[in-house]
Amino acid sequence: MSTKPTATSEAYVAVQQSPEFQSLRRKFRGFVFPATAFFLAWYFLYVLLSIFAPGFMNKHVAGNVSVGLIFGFLQFVTTFAITFMYARWANREFDPAAEALGDHLDGSAK
Amino acid sequence: MTSLSTLATATTVGNPKLNIGIFLAFVVFTLAIVIRVASGKKTAEQYYTSAGAFSGRQNGIAIAGDYLSAASFLGIAGAIALTGLDGFLYSIGFLVAWLVALLLVAELMRNTGRFTMADVLSYRLRQRPVRIATAVSVMCVSLFYLLAQMAGAGGLVSLLLGVSGDTAQNIVIAIVGTVMVTYVLVGGMKGTTWVQIIKAILLIAGAFVMTVWVLGKYGFSLSGLFQGAVDTTSGSSVEKTSKAAEKLTTYGMKYGKDTTTKIDFISLSLALVLGTAGLPHVLQRFYTVPTSKQARKSVEWAIWLIGGFYLLTLVIGFGAAALVGPDRINAAPGKANAAAPLLAYELGGSTLLGIISGIAFATILAVVAGLTIAASATFAHDIYKEVIKNGQATGEQEVKVARIASMVIAVVAILGGMLAKSQNIAFLVALAFAVAASANLPTILYSLFWKGFNTRGALWSIYGGLISSIGLIIFSPVVSGKPGVPTKLADGTMANLSPSMITNPNIDFHWFPLDNPGLVSIPIGFLLGYVGSKLSKEFDAAKYAEMEVRSLTGHGVAEAINH
Repeated sequence: MSTKPTATSEAYVAVQQSPEFQSLRRKFRGFVFPATAFFLAWYFLYVLLSIFAPGFMNKHVAGNVSVGLIFGFLQFVTTFAITFMYARWANREFDPAAEALGDHLDGSAK
Repeated sequence: MTSLSTLATATTVGNPKLNIGIFLAFVVFTLAIVIRVASGKKTAEQYYTSAGAFSGRQNGIAIAGDYLSAASFLGIAGAIALTGLDGFLYSIGFLVAWLVALLLVAELMRNTGRFTMADVLSYRLRQRPVRIATAVSVMCVSLFYLLAQMAGAGGLVSLLLGVSGDTAQNIVIAIVGTVMVTYVLVGGMKGTTWVQIIKAILLIAGAFVMTVWVLGKYGFSLSGLFQGAVDTTSGSSVEKTSKAAEKLTTYGMKYGKDTTTKIDFISLSLALVLGTAGLPHVLQRFYTVPTSKQARKSVEWAIWLIGGFYLLTLVIGFGAAALVGPDRINAAPGKANAAAPLLAYELGGSTLLGIISGIAFATILAVVAGLTIAASATFAHDIYKEVIKNGQATGEQEVKVARIASMVIAVVAILGGMLAKSQNIAFLVALAFAVAASANLPTILYSLFWKGFNTRGALWSIYGGLISSIGLIIFSPVVSGKPGVPTKLADGTMANLSPSMITNPNIDFHWFPLDNPGLVSIPIGFLLGYVGSKLSKEFDAAKYAEMEVRSLTGHGVAEAINH
């Protein structure tokens, strides 16, 4: 392995244990974990409803448009919404904090 | 040979000469671009990942091109046409799955890896065993996926060229494989990416035109379109055996039968949503952009395009049910997979059929090329360089091995595609997703998020997930034991054939009840990763710190990090 480290192992360990990094990690996980839990739960609600509650899902609300079809469209809506919210959050809140820490690491390596 | 009778029926669908012409135009056009942007000698990095030459938006379009496979276009449209909203469930799973990639995988992978998936998995673990395990798993998943694409190519091109004989389909599959490997050998990742970008734009544009056309015929009323589908289906012969029309606009036509099919459906849904972020050719795409920010942007674009496309396939599927009808779809070579091309013919005659099929053909080529690059990269980089040569191979040797591997993969894909050509391709892809979700995703998530993960956990998880998923498939009704149904053969005679891979209904060695193994094999992958890690004391604090800091801050990405 021709590793040309830009920072030493000690520097990485030091950064990892710094309060700034701990808070960055908390920040990241604080967004992505709940978001993941939400979309998985919402998706499986849809899956389970469509096989165990066909009476409800197959009720036609307008012409041939059923509750299940609307539920299906809502899966698209939430997927698009989570994508939009995550990108906005990451660009505005996460990136600046992550970049600051990365720069700090470059500084300490010199 | 049966070509006489099949030619007679096939000439009613389009003009084979025109179709072949459009095909050739596509191949020549894309090949010219590949040669222009990407021929000549390449470093290993250029060959595998284009050395980060693409922007987030370009890569996002290419991801859509890579992901919107023949299974999405032909398989899902066909499934919707024949089974109604049950087919829609596939698209939702395929789309929601991208959130796993967006939130948990794409950026962290970009920050910690360089060439292959194994770069990330072996970062803080023991290199050799983890690389070998990952490479085995990557190649298995790629192969399943490849088979699905090649099977689709056989069905589609047979429809187009007006041949449904076995030999003719096999020749077509061989040609697809040969053209594909040419793209890969000449263009590497850069050339392949451009093929995927062009194909994604054409595919989405083509689907858009068909959607507007279909909706226009029904006064832009979705409900009116559904009514048309119900009307056509209720007049068809399948209506006599099953109440197909009634079930078309509802769920449960395919999966609502009994408890086994219901559990099978949960299993499929789990595999779809967790499989995407473990697909090697998808992960490989995150390395074609320079930074994690661009990786995020890639996935954002991919989600918009893929989601939009699946909404279009819903209309196309119902349009095929309404305007073509199940009888003609079932009678066509390729059956369900022929629904979209037949709809194109119904709408715009042989010209639109030629264009849409040309696009679908380009789709298969682009996806297969992406898969081949991912699989050959892992062979050359992980097995040849890191394991056989102990990291001592030059980039030139690596690229040479990758090229040879690509050719071997092409041969395997061609032979496998010939065997798998009668399987529904959306379904074959679902199996690839199950293997990816069981063998790859647990290790990826553990190594990115869990401090206590180690080599033993990784090996148990990868091999356990791989063996359980493939093992359960072998002993599932997919391979043997589905009850035989009377089927019309190509020569016109009838035979009692099982819809399983082994069509002889007397051969039955299945004991696992589900078609999709995900419900069992995915928890096994996660559980073994956890137990294995707990039973080993190995922990490299320095490497763990380096990996975690890099994964979150993107530190060191710009420099060459060779692990």
